[in-house]
Amino acid sequence: MNFIKKSPWILHYDGSSCNGCDIEVLACLTPLYDVERFGVINTGNPKHADILLITGSVNEQNIPVVKQLYEQMAEPRVVVAVGICAATGGIFSECYNVVGGADKVLPVDVYVPGCAARPEAVIDGVMRALAILEEKQKTARCKKGTQEGAGV
Amino acid sequence: MGNRTIIPFGPQHPVLPEPIHLDLVLDDETVVEAIPSIGYIHRGLEKLVEKKDYLQYTYVAERICGICSFMHGMGYCMSVESIMGVEIPERAAFLRTMWAELSRLQSHFLWMGLLADAFGFESLFMHAWRVRERILDIFEQTTGGRVIFSVCDIGGVRKDANAQALDKILSVMDTLEAETKELTQVFLNDSSVKHRTCGLGMLSGQDAIALGAVGPMARASGVDLDMRKLGYAAYGKLSFEPVVETAGDCYARTAVRIREIFQSIDLIRQCVRLMPEGDVIVKVKGNPDGEYFTRLEQPRGEVIYYSKANGTKFLDRVRVRTPTFANIPALLETLKGCTLADVPVLILTIDPCISCTER
Amino acid sequence: MAQQIINTILPDALLAQTQQLKNDGYRLAAISCTSKDDLELTYSFDKDYDLMSLRLHVTPDDAVESISGIYAFAFLYENEIRELFGAKIINISLDFNDNLYKTTVKTPFGVKKKEANDGE
Repeated sequence: MNFIKKSPWILHYDGSSCNGCDIEVLACLTPLYDVERFGVINTGNPKHADILLITGSVNEQNIPVVKQLYEQMAEPRVVVAVGICAATGGIFSECYNVVGGADKVLPVDVYVPGCAARPEAVIDGVMRALAILEEKQKTARCKKGTQEGAGV
Repeated sequence: MGNRTIIPFGPQHPVLPEPIHLDLVLDDETVVEAIPSIGYIHRGLEKLVEKKDYLQYTYVAERICGICSFMHGMGYCMSVESIMGVEIPERAAFLRTMWAELSRLQSHFLWMGLLADAFGFESLFMHAWRVRERILDIFEQTTGGRVIFSVCDIGGVRKDANAQALDKILSVMDTLEAETKELTQVFLNDSSVKHRTCGLGMLSGQDAIALGAVGPMARASGVDLDMRKLGYAAYGKLSFEPVVETAGDCYARTAVRIREIFQSIDLIRQCVRLMPEGDVIVKVKGNPDGEYFTRLEQPRGEVIYYSKANGTKFLDRVRVRTPTFANIPALLETLKGCTLADVPVLILTIDPCISCTER
Repeated sequence: MAQQIINTILPDALLAQTQQLKNDGYRLAAISCTSKDDLELTYSFDKDYDLMSLRLHVTPDDAVESISGIYAFAFLYENEIRELFGAKIINISLDFNDNLYKTTVKTPFGVKKKEANDGE
C-alpha cells in the first residue's frame, strides 16, 4: 500500500447513532483489526485530526457541534460518513428530530454503508479517504505554488 | 469558598464514544455540582410506532442501542407477545436467553475496555476488546451479525443454532473463562488500577434506593435487584443468584460486572446443556390489543418496555425506560465531591449508554 | 410471573397515593405518558418485582403536581414528559425549563389537534 504516505489521525464524532457503528469504529482500533498498523490513531483533539469519522445522523442540536469540529480541523481534511444513518438517516430518517445524513451539513467524501458498518468496511472507507486526502494535498500544493509564482 | 468555575464536559470528549454534556460546577478542583443536558442523540424513535407497524418496529427497537441491541429487540417482542398472549416455543426462549447472556458478556467486556481507557491503561483496553471479539465471532456464526442481529421476532427467533454451533459456543466459553480470569486479575488486584477505583464515587445502599439506581450500580451498593429473577425467557429454569457487592464505590461496581461475566458464562453453559429440541418460532396472527409493561435486566440494569396497542397494526405507544436514564440521578450525586480528573472514570462506572437514554 | 396492577386515580390524589406507596417501600420504576385524546400519565412503582401503577388522565392545561418532592429522581421523567408531551407538571425540584432536550418540534408527542386523520 504505497499510497499511504502519511499516518492519518482520526477524529470520531457520534452524531445520533445507535452506538452500533461507534463500537465498530472502536473495534477497528483493537487487536483483531488493528488500524494502527496503517498508522491510524484515534484522537480526541480536532486540531490533530486529518479524517473526521461521523456516525449517525445529524439533528438540530448537534449541527453546531459537528460544524465546529470540522472547522477546527486543519486543511486538507476528509469526512467519512460511517453507516447508513450518517449517509441518509437510515431507519431513523422519518423521526421528527433527525435532519438527515451528515452531508446535510458537511461535504462528505466517503460513504461507508452498513447497519452497522462492519470494521472491514470502515477500514476500507478510511483507506479510500486517504487517497482523497492525498489528492487534496496535491491540489492544495499546486494552488499554493501558482499563487507564489504569481506573486514573484 | 474558592473560585467557582463551570467546565463544560462533552459532547465530544476523548473518553466517551458518545456525546453527553455535563456542566461541571467546580470549586477549584472539586466538583460541586453537575448539571446534565441531554438530547444530542435524541431521535424520537418512540414516535416511529405511528409509521412502522408492530412487526416492523422490532427492527427499530433493535436500533435503540447498538450495545444491547438484542435485548432491546427481545424486550419489545416480549411486550407485544404478552399483549397478544403468544407463547413462544421453549427452544426459542432458551436461544433468547443464550443470546441475551452473550450480549451481556460482550457489553461488559466493552465496558471494561472503556474503563481501562478512562483511567489511562491503554493495553488493558486492547486486551479487553481482543477477548470481546471471541463473543462477536459467536454472534456472527449463529446470527449473521456482529452488532445488530435481527434474530428476535414476535413469536420467537428467526434463526436456530445447530448442535455443532452450540458445541463451539461451549468450547469458546472455556477459552473465554481462562482469558477472563487472567484479564480481570488486573482490574481487581493491580495497585495502580485500585488507586483509581477504590473509595471513589461512594454510593450507599440507602442512596442507591433513594436515587432510583438500577443494575450493577445498585447491586454494587448492596441492593439486590435483578430483573432476571422475574424468570422471563428461560431464566426461570436456570440457577443463578444476583451478584451483590456492598462497598458502593467504583471498585465495587467493577467487581460486580466482573463477577457477572463469570455468571453469564455459567448461564450460557446451562442454556446450552438444557436446550430442548423443537421449533423456534410460532406464527402470529391478528393485531395486538391491550397494554403491558415488560421488564428485563440489561447489562446496565432494569429496562422497562411499555407497549400499548389498540387492535390495529399500529401501536399507540411504545415507551422505553432505559437503565442509564434511571442511573443519571445517582451519577449526578456521586460526582459531587470528586476531583475533575476522576470525572471520566466515575461516568464510566455507571456504564452510560446515551443512545438508549435519549432514544 | 410477577403482578402488574394499574389503578386509575384522580389527579388530586396523586401526591397522597405516591407518599403511601413510598411509605410501603415501593420504588419508582418509571413515569410514562401516552397521548391520544388526552394525556395519560402512568406512574409505575416496583416492590419485590411486583409492578404497581397509578394512572391519571389530564389535559395539557391541567396542572399536575410534581412528585419530585417524594421521589427526588422523578425530576428527569417529569422534565421529559413536560417537554415531549406538553403536560403541565408544576413544582419540579430541578426544573430544566424545557431545555433538557432540544428538539426541532415542540412537544412532538403532544395531544394532536383535531386534524384530518390519515384513515389508518
